[in-house]
Amino acid sequence: MDRLYFDIAHLLAGGLVLTSFMLLYQDRLYALLNTYALQALVLALAVGWQAHIQHAAHLYITAAIAVIFKALVIPFALHRMVAQLGVHREVESVVSLVPTMLAGIALVALSMVVMLRVTEGADPLAREDLAFALSVILLGLLMMVTRSNAVSQVVGFMSLENGLILAAAAAKGMPLVVEISVAFSVLIALIVIGIFLFRIRERFDTVDLQALDDFRGERR
Amino acid sequence: MSMFESLAIQIVEMLIVLLAAPLLTGFVRKVKARLLRKRGPPVLQPYRDLIKLTKKEAVIAESASWLFRVIPYLVFAATWVAAALVPTFGAGLMFSWSADMIAITALLGSARFFLALAGMDVGTSFGGIGSSREMMFATLAEPAMLMIVFTLALIAGSTQLSTVAAFMLSPAVGLRVSLGLAMVGLVIVAIAENARIPVDNPATHLELTMVHEAMVLEYSGRHLAMIELSAQLKLVLYVSMIACIFVPYGLAPPGAGPRELMIGAAAYFTKLAGAGALLALFETSVAKMRVFRAPDFIGVALMLGLLATLLRFVSREM
Repeated sequence: MDRLYFDIAHLLAGGLVLTSFMLLYQDRLYALLNTYALQALVLALAVGWQAHIQHAAHLYITAAIAVIFKALVIPFALHRMVAQLGVHREVESVVSLVPTMLAGIALVALSMVVMLRVTEGADPLAREDLAFALSVILLGLLMMVTRSNAVSQVVGFMSLENGLILAAAAAKGMPLVVEISVAFSVLIALIVIGIFLFRIRERFDTVDLQALDDFRGERR
Repeated sequence: MSMFESLAIQIVEMLIVLLAAPLLTGFVRKVKARLLRKRGPPVLQPYRDLIKLTKKEAVIAESASWLFRVIPYLVFAATWVAAALVPTFGAGLMFSWSADMIAITALLGSARFFLALAGMDVGTSFGGIGSSREMMFATLAEPAMLMIVFTLALIAGSTQLSTVAAFMLSPAVGLRVSLGLAMVGLVIVAIAENARIPVDNPATHLELTMVHEAMVLEYSGRHLAMIELSAQLKLVLYVSMIACIFVPYGLAPPGAGPRELMIGAAAYFTKLAGAGALLALFETSVAKMRVFRAPDFIGVALMLGLLATLLRFVSREM
């Protein structure tokens, strides 16, 4: 039965990496937000499965937080924000799709090489989840780098946070206090970023962050 | 099993693939027409088209070289040999031991290479544009195919289709995310290679969008019949390959008796019909992409193949 437990954990963690790639692939804002909600759902399943394997009840709370905040509240709030901002709904990217995908693959390979070497001798489940978590984090960073639209940068930031949760769940979970404070700090970050978005829009009539560069006089 | 018996099975298998190829195309067209609430041509229409084409005179451009006449037969031969390597109803194929999935990819690749040469041979602009587009897609589709083959080889421990199918039927296969990724990738490659709708429309003759049709625009008569038949064979080949790798249920094991072979054949035709219906449904529900968006779509297959290989490496390390 052990093999099956491992396979399901592998499936869910791999699915998380796959949804990170799906986030990179989207070129419409609403589709991007829906994919983000899907990623949060997969994360909740992965964490829930870890809770089941490790018999750690507090991880179920983590999974519940993931479903409620990340799969429902945040995407809903971002949907409303995009609607109120009235920005046009294409995601402008700085780098085109195929190079981004290839860079993403290279990052996944890098994180696997690094993590599998570093964690040698650890529990196989934790090793694998740490490797996948690092790839999700790096893909989130890649998304923030390659997108010029502020909303998609926010989504990149949030998906990075999903990777952190996966890593924490794999390493026998973190204390509940830390868990809840992380969840709330993400919510607060969302609120702050939301205010920033509206300020940027007010000032520049766009949420394209290249306008900020132009304003500072940094010409590409 | 005696040498004679396995040779007989191999020959029957090759003939079945050849005879079923126009039927599958006709079936897909029929289902597609029905989904659009049209009546559609009869299922046997592709056979009639082929017969009609072979009876017609072949018109060849004055500027065509000898390659232009030879290539339809070369393409057909390469595709048929590749199709003979894929187990359809029984796994114990005689030729299957002499070549693996990499050889199938290579055969199909050389068929495409010759077809692209033929497109440029006459010197018309359509042929050239078709060849260049086909090659643009191929640069992404072929590495994707190879990555998928590597993934399967890493999981099953072999690139032989029969061995892979036997492994997939055994309980050792488990639940693997890599296999799911490889399946989606292989389906995308199959759609792109067979010039089906999101990448290319097999029914169009609109200059801006055609890819495969533009390459073979100069062909007529028996040459066109050969090319159409090899395109139909390629569709059957991909469907059989996907069915053999991912849904090998009912496949008769090597050395099976006549009863198992009958069950295998019934299962095979069910799979063909199911795949044809799914293809028609998919084609009616999506729109064709702009030509320059198609690399993004095929790039997904490459991405999935690479990702599947990487994920497989992780779980193998454990």
